[in-house]
Amino acid sequence: MRDVYIIGIGQTKYGEHWEKSLRALVVEAGLKAIEDANIYSKEIQAIFGGNMSAGSTIYQDNIGSLISDFSGLSVNRIPAMRIENGSASGGAAVHAGFVSVASGFYDTVLVGGVEKLTDVSMEDQAEIVSGEVDQEWELFNGGTLAGLQALMARRYMHEYGAKREEIAMLPVLSHEHGSENPYAHFRNRIKVEDVINATMVADPLTMLDMAPASDGAAVLILASEEKVRQIKPEVKIKISGSAMSSDFMSLQSRENLLELKAVRDSTEKALKMSKSDIKRVKIVETHDSSSIMGLLILEEIGLFPKGKAGKYLEEGYGHKDSRVAINTSGGLKAKGHPMGATGIGQIVESVIQLRGKAEKRQVHNADMALAINVAGTGSASISHVLEVV
Amino acid sequence: MTIPRYWREFQHRYRLIGTKCPKCGRIYFPPREVCPYCHRESIGKMQKVEIKNTGKVYSYTVIHQDVPDFKFLKPYLFIIAEMDSGVKVSGQLVDVSPEDVRIGMPVRISFRRIREEDRAGIIEYGYKFIPDE
Ligand SMILES: [Zn+2]
Repeated sequence: MRDVYIIGIGQTKYGEHWEKSLRALVVEAGLKAIEDANIYSKEIQAIFGGNMSAGSTIYQDNIGSLISDFSGLSVNRIPAMRIENGSASGGAAVHAGFVSVASGFYDTVLVGGVEKLTDVSMEDQAEIVSGEVDQEWELFNGGTLAGLQALMARRYMHEYGAKREEIAMLPVLSHEHGSENPYAHFRNRIKVEDVINATMVADPLTMLDMAPASDGAAVLILASEEKVRQIKPEVKIKISGSAMSSDFMSLQSRENLLELKAVRDSTEKALKMSKSDIKRVKIVETHDSSSIMGLLILEEIGLFPKGKAGKYLEEGYGHKDSRVAINTSGGLKAKGHPMGATGIGQIVESVIQLRGKAEKRQVHNADMALAINVAGTGSASISHVLEVV
Repeated sequence: MTIPRYWREFQHRYRLIGTKCPKCGRIYFPPREVCPYCHRESIGKMQKVEIKNTGKVYSYTVIHQDVPDFKFLKPYLFIIAEMDSGVKVSGQLVDVSPEDVRIGMPVRISFRRIREEDRAGIIEYGYKFIPDE
């Protein structure tokens, strides 16, 4: 297996892009990434596109071809395919791109994710984002994605005696960091009381526990060692670990609602591949599609004891100046959650940090980052470890 | 939902039919064709079992979202119950007010209407939980 590097990044601002189409978003991020990598488009040998819902939001499938065409790459006759794994579509696309370069088959590939949610009504959005839970056995009975995550939150409070305020700490932290990210959907700071008193979505989770439905795109250019030697980037960033795992699709099938076995497995494998451990990681992007999901992930990867993540955040852990910085991008909560782009955007943020270009949200001595992208209530998880080498 | 997609799951939804692995004895609901733990040794051998309809609330929430198929119900109680047969089942809980629900509360499954006429004009039936005390 060969080493794989990230030589280019690009992203749009996340948020409500009323004036931009899905294809305009992904092209904007793609061209930025190609320019950032300082390569010519003809050097790209394959495209892996992450997208969850274009078939439901804009009735457009065959997203691989769409990205290839409007990025001006179809005339090069390169393979271009769509990867769909719900909210984890982006991370899955990165894993597929990684494997294709690591295997020796390609030297330079483009991994791009995009989602366009504001072309449908808010009601339809709630149904579409629930498309990643079991339609026959969860959503049929009224179990929405938010509702299922609320069941996890209630059980978390019951089993561990965690307080509602502790769960609200993650959105507070994400917004604090997001306020310094020019690409974030929301740049306001919020307080614990704001989270608790916001409009109820699924008791105990409110609107401010939940990631928003955002439009946006994010793109990476991955390259082999050979390619990196030609390009000579200022900071050489390696994907030192990439792993994906799966778990039971529906929450009711799991023995323990509070155990995210796929998250644990993909993270252990990615860290092992990078010959590292969680204690060395300086930056973590957690998948806070809701506050509770973000916290359960932080506990599952061994950063905090079970049931205590919120308490640790109250003590200042997770802040960009603490030992481990969490969601410096603003996370899914504040940076936003354009599903197909989300997992790729987490890595874009990690690269910005590792290059030392994160300005006001820069983490001191950032040399290793971990990004975790999850589908639904934990049915799929992709972990990536990134390092400056 | 088209009629066949709804009708296909009739017996499972109406009679709570799950499957049991003859090798390890694990019971699954919804039913599975293969036991994830015994895999090859369970293929073609999974047995149908009726899940006993009593259990206890394992976790609960009140959903306030405007989801097209369910907004006529909102807010509605949604739970995961740990059934006496060992499996967990999720579904709506009715005939009780949210403030009276607690984890551990005995519930049982009852046959109910799930949605009003949907986009294909079907009124869909299935199971919901009701208090059992
Ligand atoms: Zn078995």
